[in-house]
Amino acid sequence: MSLKIIVLAKQVPDTRNVGKDAMKADGTVNRAALPAIFNPEDLNALEQALRLKDAHPGTTVTLLTMGPGRAAEIIREGLYRGADGGYLLTDRAFAGADTLATSYALSMAIRKIAAYDLIICGRQAIDGDTAQVGPQVAEKLGLSQITYTEAVLKVENGTITAKRRLERGVEIVETKLPTLITVNGSAPDCRPRNARYVQKYKHAKTVTEKQEADADYTHLFSHRPYLNLQEWSVADVKADVVQCGLSGSPTKVKKIENIVFHAKESKTMAPTDNAIDELMKELITNHTIG
Amino acid sequence: MANYFIDTQIYKHHLHHPLMKRIVELKERNYADKDVFDYAPIDFEDAMDSYEKVLEIVGEICAEIIAPNAEGVDHEGPTVSNGRVAYASGTQQNLDAVRKAGLMGIAMPRRYGGLNFPIVPYIMAADMVSRADASFENLWGLQDCAETLYEFGNEDQRQRYIPRVCAGETMSMDLTEPDAGSDLQSVMLKATYSETDGCWYLNGVKRFITNGDADIHLVLARSEEGTRDARGLSMFIYDKRNGGVNVRRIENKMGIKGSPTCELVYKNAKAELCGDRKLGLIKYVMALMNGARLGIMAQAVGLSEAAYREGYAYAQERKQFGKAIIEFPAVYEMLALMRAKADASRAMLYETARFVDIYKALEDISKERKLTPEERQEMKKYSRIADAYTPMGKGMTTEYANQNAFDAIQIHGGSGFVKDYTCERLYRDARITNIYEGTTQLQVVAAIRHVTTGTYLAQIREYEAMDYKPELEDLKQKLTGMTALYETIVSTVTETKDNEYIDFHARRMVEAAAHCILGYLLLQDAGKDMSYRRSAEVYVGYGQAEVNKIHSYITHFDREDLAYFKAE
Repeated sequence: MSLKIIVLAKQVPDTRNVGKDAMKADGTVNRAALPAIFNPEDLNALEQALRLKDAHPGTTVTLLTMGPGRAAEIIREGLYRGADGGYLLTDRAFAGADTLATSYALSMAIRKIAAYDLIICGRQAIDGDTAQVGPQVAEKLGLSQITYTEAVLKVENGTITAKRRLERGVEIVETKLPTLITVNGSAPDCRPRNARYVQKYKHAKTVTEKQEADADYTHLFSHRPYLNLQEWSVADVKADVVQCGLSGSPTKVKKIENIVFHAKESKTMAPTDNAIDELMKELITNHTIG
Repeated sequence: MANYFIDTQIYKHHLHHPLMKRIVELKERNYADKDVFDYAPIDFEDAMDSYEKVLEIVGEICAEIIAPNAEGVDHEGPTVSNGRVAYASGTQQNLDAVRKAGLMGIAMPRRYGGLNFPIVPYIMAADMVSRADASFENLWGLQDCAETLYEFGNEDQRQRYIPRVCAGETMSMDLTEPDAGSDLQSVMLKATYSETDGCWYLNGVKRFITNGDADIHLVLARSEEGTRDARGLSMFIYDKRNGGVNVRRIENKMGIKGSPTCELVYKNAKAELCGDRKLGLIKYVMALMNGARLGIMAQAVGLSEAAYREGYAYAQERKQFGKAIIEFPAVYEMLALMRAKADASRAMLYETARFVDIYKALEDISKERKLTPEERQEMKKYSRIADAYTPMGKGMTTEYANQNAFDAIQIHGGSGFVKDYTCERLYRDARITNIYEGTTQLQVVAAIRHVTTGTYLAQIREYEAMDYKPELEDLKQKLTGMTALYETIVSTVTETKDNEYIDFHARRMVEAAAHCILGYLLLQDAGKDMSYRRSAEVYVGYGQAEVNKIHSYITHFDREDLAYFKAE
């Protein structure tokens, strides 16, 4: 069966490569100093979607992302890897959203897309680490959900079977479509960008980008419709502006602290099998390992 | 994300050479493909941008997948069972990545599913792949064989086979046999035409076949019964789907261990003729080998770069006598020379690739329409110079790759001799580059006529006539002096009209020409970007000393002394 898949993806600051100037003096993230990247687990999610597309001819993969104008890059990155299209939710009114407001906005956009069998998203984003958005979107849409997915094992007769990676083991579960799944970082890495797709989609732009861009390749947009990336505002997805952005976000950050780790204590041990054995026991007892 | 293309400025430097404008113009034919293929470029800038974007993909795959897999691939290696080869797991991952990224059939026309890239960006990808894992370049680089299929196969064969290569199937060129290595005219693999089945059958044994369990093989075989020379050989296409060829064993090699080198047994293997009978070796294999030699040059350049980087990193980190060893003249001299040899090799590689690009594109156009007299002239010129540069470049770059790998170990000291550091793999991998696709000695045989007929000198004169920055004038003076010495060397040897004596000094003469050419190429690089001045200065100083040495040896050589060298 062919599937209609929506992949939720987020552009995040690359917190894995934090330099000296990653934090501002007031304790907030200095986004300018961190490159903006495709959230890693969302790439794992995209790979799951593309594998389903490989296995089920006729399947379409559509990206949905919310963010500032430059987040259009996420849609292009998806297209470069084999996605079929995408939507950028962008509006000043979306700014400052916590997970509740974000999942509300995304769910409204998904309602507008309307036709879908499966929504796939990464488990969590590396800037917030909440793992809440996926489950909240499922709730708002009244869908079942499979979290911590490591592999989609099969999709047939309107049912999906997936392997979940849990702290102390794995679980194989199945549910009826449509559903939402969140994908773990332990799932296979996303495939590289494809040379043909990169050349095909490199000029793809949103309306806003087209207005900013130098007029070089504008003549292409009329007869190559796939180069026009869709941008949606609050009004486009018929969202209630109060439930969006800062006003829709009950989460308030009380305080952010800069924590610097120091090596606190050291322990000298004899280079004997016995001493190593003792150390192992100690580490297991205090749950450092095991 | 680590990325070889982005972390090394020199790739862009070579990609944006002024000659690229002409190359892309010839290759894209007024950008006609843009109305047929959604990934074809609109104009020159768009094409160049596409090359960069695709090379970024290659750079990322090299740094993030191929290089991290290289050590495991070297240890694990391929295996053979029941006549079939299984790649090392890392090799398989690499192949999956380049297939998914659409990096097979890069230089093939779009109508067969290729990217229609010129040779320059294709070779640049090969350069990076080799830097990551030279053994993987052997498998990935065999997509070159599609070029031969494209050039000499008929339209039906092109349509059946090239799209499969572009979609990721691998190729091999089955040339050598137990008794036919460098001397390919002794090939005995038998091709028999069956009138009843209307096809050819191959029987016999091939040896030292890289990627011998490939999906599609180009095979050199004896189609003319009773012949013993090159004129009895034809080229065939063997499709693994038809069966009939089994891998008897794979060689246990010193280096490039990830690349399976196979002994193949053909038992009534169904095959089809590619091109005309009797032209197999004389025409097709010669063309195939020229392409393959360019690939080996890229492999050598990638290895030289990797060796330099390993040596440099270790010299900075290793402290002895209270300081980093890079601060000692004996060490920094080695590193500077390694850098200069890597840069010179790369300059030679891309200059050769540009020449090949122009004449091949014109040759391809000539299949569609008659070339203008100017175009014919242009094709002839570049074809000749490519023919001269390919063996010289293959010889020089592969010897330098060996020297750089050798010095990288030297810098590591005892640590370089144990298997914990990458440099020992580079050393083993580099060792084959100056042997296969024609040893350096055979490259000299191909290059020497361009010494005696003056192809190299004419090209040096062209370089001499270019404008250089005033601050590079001293270097140019040195090069002018080296060229004068080269001329003396050549006339001293050739005026004897003694062929054995000329052969005896052939390598020295080719190398003297090469030092002048490489020096000029680095001078041009420095002219465009002063960050290459160091390498230009170091290389020209080195090359000048080498040419002086050759000059001294030859002018003091007594022809009678040749007798002392002959084997008893």
